[in-house]
Amino acid sequence: MYRYDKYDQAIVDARVDEFRDQVARRLNNEISEEAFKPLRLMNGLYLQLHAYMLRVAIPYGTLDSRQLRMLAHIARRYDRGYGHFTTRQNIQYNWIKLAETPDLLADLASVEMHAFQTSGNCIRNISSDQFAAAAADEIADPRPYAELLRQWSTLHPEFSFLPRKFKIAVTGSAIDRAAIQLHDIGLQLVHGPDGEIGLKVLVGGGMGRTPMLAPVIREFLPVADYLSYMEAILRVYNRHGRRDNIYKARIKILVNDLGAAEFARQVEEEWAQLKPLGLDPPPSELARIAAHFQPPALGANAPVEIDLSNPDFANWVAVNTHPHKVPGHAIVTISLKAPGEIPGDASADQMDIIADLAQRYAQDEVRVTHAQNLVLPHVRRADLFDIWQVLVSAGLATANLDRASDIISCPGLDYCTLANARSIPIAQKLAVNLAPQEGDLGELKIKISGCINGCGHHHAGHIGILGVDRKGEENYQLLLGGSGAEDASLARILGPGFDENGIVNAVEKVIDRYKTLRADPQERFLDTYRRVGAEPFKEAVYG
Amino acid sequence: MPRLLTGNRLETGDVLWWSGSDWSLHLNDAVAVDDEGEALIARLGPQERINDLALIDVDATPDGWRPRTTRERVRAVGPSVRPDFALPSLPVESI
Repeated sequence: MYRYDKYDQAIVDARVDEFRDQVARRLNNEISEEAFKPLRLMNGLYLQLHAYMLRVAIPYGTLDSRQLRMLAHIARRYDRGYGHFTTRQNIQYNWIKLAETPDLLADLASVEMHAFQTSGNCIRNISSDQFAAAAADEIADPRPYAELLRQWSTLHPEFSFLPRKFKIAVTGSAIDRAAIQLHDIGLQLVHGPDGEIGLKVLVGGGMGRTPMLAPVIREFLPVADYLSYMEAILRVYNRHGRRDNIYKARIKILVNDLGAAEFARQVEEEWAQLKPLGLDPPPSELARIAAHFQPPALGANAPVEIDLSNPDFANWVAVNTHPHKVPGHAIVTISLKAPGEIPGDASADQMDIIADLAQRYAQDEVRVTHAQNLVLPHVRRADLFDIWQVLVSAGLATANLDRASDIISCPGLDYCTLANARSIPIAQKLAVNLAPQEGDLGELKIKISGCINGCGHHHAGHIGILGVDRKGEENYQLLLGGSGAEDASLARILGPGFDENGIVNAVEKVIDRYKTLRADPQERFLDTYRRVGAEPFKEAVYG
Repeated sequence: MPRLLTGNRLETGDVLWWSGSDWSLHLNDAVAVDDEGEALIARLGPQERINDLALIDVDATPDGWRPRTTRERVRAVGPSVRPDFALPSLPVESI
């Protein structure tokens, strides 16, 4: 885990003091709401439908138990006893009082956390692979590279007022758990011709109103140079990105308009000017950061075989654990998607329990996934049964990872001012209805957004649902065929929309048709869809 | 069509309704402001204590005001998925 140095801590503490003064002045009516709004947004504080919402940054989704306990404390002390883990690997609280926000941020700062860059047209929290440093298929831990990007981008004056928000994801694996093709910049650690480590650079992906997959603009970038290359990309975007139309302001529009080759040429041209200026840190700086991410000392002789005679436990192990790079160990995903519950929500008590598990069994680490679950990355297989028993007692042992009830859902119209329709009730109904058959269905990713902004990643869903407004009433579009993984694709709208009950019925009809069409029980829904196309599903839904 | 004046309390973000002389958390304390709404916003806005002042369309029903849009019904009650936090403005199930 990266630990703040005195500079990191000084920046965060100073920002808390500054915001404390700004809040006091606003409450005393010394500054207008118009002047205050951008200041609170720069500290992650939104005004939502019912209350202020605070979004807290969790860099590359990594926490230690001390930080997770602080998130639980904040839920209890400043909110209503729960928090919502987001698709950007962050957490947000829904019932924050303005006057208490400075104290909350001071509490966060005491555990090296903050809410910078969780709003506004800046470089947002940098996301990564939740299995970093544990996945067997990984080239290297991507988090040192993400951490250096975090430090570079924090309050970067040149990139604080970009044409639009900017999202970067970094992965160290060819199996894409970070959706790099759907980010403004996606970085993938790769080997060069001589075995050296570099980065493949993708630019111009995204979801929202105009979904696009990011093209590769550089197959191999030496890691020693990547910061100046990032600077070059951002400079080209800052210079040419459209500020006249919010719907055309993301970098994906610029890359698409110029073409990937021309965009890449301009980046290379800019980079040629920048690179000699010495913007890249010396190798010792990346080494200093990387030293914080040394792999834990896991015993290579830990037993692999464990007692799986309890069928519920065996099912949970099969569904919610992954192989670890060190034999005798496993990666545990804790589902926050018990059917009927709110996807991504965790109570303060649940957070404390998971923090205890991390400290006792998982090398003191927890990860947040973009699918709104939590991960214990380094667990001895011999400890899995004890962990599972604790999770069962806390309502956290749902065995549904990547299955039909493991639904990504944005907060939707239940909380969000931007939303057009509620997402959570749809997710709850579908999860309850589909859970009984999800073992038979296999991998099936359902993703729901309450508006076109796409925080629920509907375009990346095997089955996606988009809530829209139809004359003040909720309506839902059904999309099929998306993926945010290494086989990324964009889901397409199947046909006319539905009301709340209609969309649930339509998804069930799609799934029923899939069961009759799949080539064998192992063929995923997504593969069946890609093989047969949309027509059979259209017929099933619309007749 | 009746119109109500609504906004969010500066200190908490709570949804508030103009009751004719003050602000209330409860939809059914609201009074129809109709044509006076814009003048009220012009008078109350500069005080800077209530954010996002807006006029919304409602129907008068035997049970009280019913906002015309789902968004405003959710605003009036609270998150439909957390009935434990609901205000008694409307039955949660009728959102």
